[in-house]
Amino acid sequence: MIRQALWPRLQRRLTQYLDPVLLAGVGALLLIGLTVLYSASDGSWARVQSQLVNIAAALVVMWMVANVPLHYLMRIAVPLYVTGMVLLIGVALFGEISHGARRWLNLGFATIQPSELMKIAVPLMMAWYFEKHEATLTLKNYFVATLLLLAPVALIMRQPDLGTAILIFASGFFVLFLAGLSWRVLAALATLAVGSAPFLWNMLHDYQKHRILMLLDPTQDALGKGYHTIQGMIAVGSGGALGKGYFNGTQTHLDFLPERATDFIFAVYSEEFGFLGNLLLLGLYLFIVGRGFVITANASTAFTRLMAGSITLTFFTYTFVNMGMVSGILPVVGVPLPLVSYGGTSMVTLMLGIGMLMSIHTHKTLVQT
Amino acid sequence: MKRRVEFRNSQREIHQFRLRLAVGIGFVLVLLFTLTTRFFYLQVLKHSHFQTMAENNRISVVPTVPNRGLILDRNGVQLARNYSGYTLEITPSKVPDLNATLEEISRLVDVQPKDRKRFKKQLEESRNFESLVIRSQLSDEEVARFAAQSYRFPGVEIKARLFREYPLEEVTSHLIGYIGRINEADMARLNENDEVAANYRGSDHIGKVGLEQSYESELHGVSGIEQVEVDAGGRGVRTLSHVPPVAGDDLVLSIDAQLQQIADQAFGAYRGALVAIDPNNGEVLAFVSRPGYDPNLFIDGIDEDSWEELNNSPDVPLNNRALRGQYPPGSTIKPFMALAGLFYKKRTPADTISDPGYFTLSGSTHRYRDWKKEGHGVVDMFKSIVVSCDTYYYRLAVDLGIDNIHGFLSQFGFGSKTGVDLQGEQPGLLPSSEWKTKRYKQKWFAGDTVSVGIGQGYNLVTPMQLAYATAILANGGAGYRPHLVRALRHNGVEKPVAPELDVNVNIDPGHLDLVRRAMVAVTQPGGTAVVASLGAEYAIAGKTGTAQVIGIKQGEKYDADKLNERHRDHAWFIAFAPADKPKIALAVLVENGGHGGSVAAPIARSVFDYYLLGKTPKTVAAAAPPEEPGDAGEEHD
Repeated sequence: MIRQALWPRLQRRLTQYLDPVLLAGVGALLLIGLTVLYSASDGSWARVQSQLVNIAAALVVMWMVANVPLHYLMRIAVPLYVTGMVLLIGVALFGEISHGARRWLNLGFATIQPSELMKIAVPLMMAWYFEKHEATLTLKNYFVATLLLLAPVALIMRQPDLGTAILIFASGFFVLFLAGLSWRVLAALATLAVGSAPFLWNMLHDYQKHRILMLLDPTQDALGKGYHTIQGMIAVGSGGALGKGYFNGTQTHLDFLPERATDFIFAVYSEEFGFLGNLLLLGLYLFIVGRGFVITANASTAFTRLMAGSITLTFFTYTFVNMGMVSGILPVVGVPLPLVSYGGTSMVTLMLGIGMLMSIHTHKTLVQT
Repeated sequence: MKRRVEFRNSQREIHQFRLRLAVGIGFVLVLLFTLTTRFFYLQVLKHSHFQTMAENNRISVVPTVPNRGLILDRNGVQLARNYSGYTLEITPSKVPDLNATLEEISRLVDVQPKDRKRFKKQLEESRNFESLVIRSQLSDEEVARFAAQSYRFPGVEIKARLFREYPLEEVTSHLIGYIGRINEADMARLNENDEVAANYRGSDHIGKVGLEQSYESELHGVSGIEQVEVDAGGRGVRTLSHVPPVAGDDLVLSIDAQLQQIADQAFGAYRGALVAIDPNNGEVLAFVSRPGYDPNLFIDGIDEDSWEELNNSPDVPLNNRALRGQYPPGSTIKPFMALAGLFYKKRTPADTISDPGYFTLSGSTHRYRDWKKEGHGVVDMFKSIVVSCDTYYYRLAVDLGIDNIHGFLSQFGFGSKTGVDLQGEQPGLLPSSEWKTKRYKQKWFAGDTVSVGIGQGYNLVTPMQLAYATAILANGGAGYRPHLVRALRHNGVEKPVAPELDVNVNIDPGHLDLVRRAMVAVTQPGGTAVVASLGAEYAIAGKTGTAQVIGIKQGEKYDADKLNERHRDHAWFIAFAPADKPKIALAVLVENGGHGGSVAAPIARSVFDYYLLGKTPKTVAAAAPPEEPGDAGEEHD
């Protein structure tokens, strides 16, 4: 009798804090990702196997996070943020340079990229801060929260790592926005941003200006900086309504697409599955984001609301920035397509977010009691 | 109370939060719509545009070079052929450090200083991104050695391709010419016509001179097109479609290679030219210009040393004397003058003059000297040709007048290009009063006419031209335009070139017979070219001539021994045989050969003997350089 009861109990123990709806969406996306990756790596199993390992690790992380009630996470918000900042400063001072950017820190036993940690630490810290001052929010609190956001973002921009900086800024901005930063301040900031654009332009590095100009007219430098954009657009456009068919993408299989397993994997998908496939993919992302919004709306505390909202919107930001850059409406910045692009770090970070969403959803009742 | 406030507060907060969330959701929907619109634009509206771009990315159109046509002699002997071999080629734009690479390569493959110089010259003249030959004709061993190390040399590769080769080297150099790398001037010319330019997209070489040039379009063939799927690195992945090239036509020449070689050797160390024509159809049987050069040197760019040597040689080996050398015809013009005299009825065959050894114009004391100081005595027309009496023709020329001479002689092609199928032919010069007015803004004087009668003065002919005139004479006035190509051959099917009747000079058979008989007597004892027909089994009709290189002052004697070798007269001999039914007519020029009878005539004899009897000369007649070019006056004309 005990033996009989063991399996259902184990099953319950394993799944009770998971959200089947979110899991279904994520699972579908992961399957699509593996399928596309197999084509993007010209039928090499090695890549797919390595990605399976990444996914397995990320699922474990997701499961663990889902099992942790979110208010426990509040306790680590400050230490995590402080550690992250220390590491970021460490990178700025002693970081290793690779591909012209200083992003990695060698700790002796491992080489880490602290900016990745900040993707979680920043919104966590800000949500914690707002939760703490929930009852007595004043403009000063927003100001402090903004500083908490801008400090790491500035450090990461300096590395430079524009893609990560944008994502972290977005995640923090979503917290600010959802926490109720007044429209007047938002409008003032927007005006300030537009007004200072010419000055900011002059402060940009030449290569950054070049990137922005290239976005306006990629053909200007078809073999240089514009090459990625042009080849991406050609891949997407030549895919047509129904796509060229699985494994039939010429842009993909004849090496014209750069970084086709990672940042440009959407171009591979788009070339082989066409507009219809794109609609399906957008639908899937909308499904996950929609579920995220449902969880956000039902979250019980300020902290969980802000966290859930920020995670959901940031997830969407990944999607939009990646698809936007591949299809040529945004500059090329290093942002992966969530849960599809090859790579372990972003996979773990994103699944950690998904785990948090699940935890927020499944631990809700416990918190209220 | 406090609880209620907090509760309300939190209610208000939740409300505000949900509002913000709604804005966020709205924002997400707007961005999703933006993406959808963008995808629709790219994938549906602009699909064909991007489809084309993707195809352009992927498909590379590679021209396949047709095999160049062969050049064969009338018996099928190859005069220009192709062989496949390996070259080591460098694309300079892909090589980071050219000098270092060259150093490295020379350790694997034998690279001579000559090769380096040639490469440097190519580098200066080349188009961008072109691959240039550093070494050709690699041995199998060299190919293997380089292939094993090739990964070390990006931008350097071994290519197997067809090479052009001229097996007879200098013997046919002025006839066949050569192909060379397409240079900027060639490019500009090709680009004038889009279709032509497209046909040469894959070609590296083009005919530069000789038949290789004049029959370029036939020899080249039509390029094929291969559509190759390429990857981003430009490497071919697979062939999508292939339109095979059409090989160029083979040229079948009327030249007899054996005859050509015999004629060439017959010159020995002399410079000069020989053109032999079949008078019955205009087919050129031998076309020699000496010295020649090795045309193989030019194919992949000549190295500087060889070029300097060829270009600065006092022998001017690059000059095609047969086609472009213009010389006074000297006494070879006399048979034609005689016919003119008969035609205009200024002379009958029986009319005689008494030759004192000179001629003076009435009212002048200037003496136009005969080559024989003491004169030839009583001379009629027959004798005038046999002994080559100058005085006879001085007087005849004056009696005819320059414009009659011009009118009659121009029928034999004097003063105009023969139209042979080679480019760059010179027209020679047949003077007329009109010409002098135009050229010198001067009246024609009677004194100008005198020396024209013996082929001096303003007269100029090319060996090609004189050979043609001789052929017309040999054929009784019917002149077939000289041509070197007798048929074009494609896939083994020959398309013959029809003989083209160019002129038909009206010559009275009696007049013709007289002149022919006289010309036969020239090669008999008592004539000026006895050596030509010594022991011959057929009759040779000929005429000697001398082209003066430097003028001799009045009262001075021409003494060959005292003159610098290069200032000696050029020797001419024109002839046809067999005299009664000519099968071959020729003109021989020997530069600084002295007089035609002793040096030029034996060359003609070797050619006749081979062509008519199949006899190969044991020793070549004029093999030695001239020790004594003028052995007395007997044969001097």
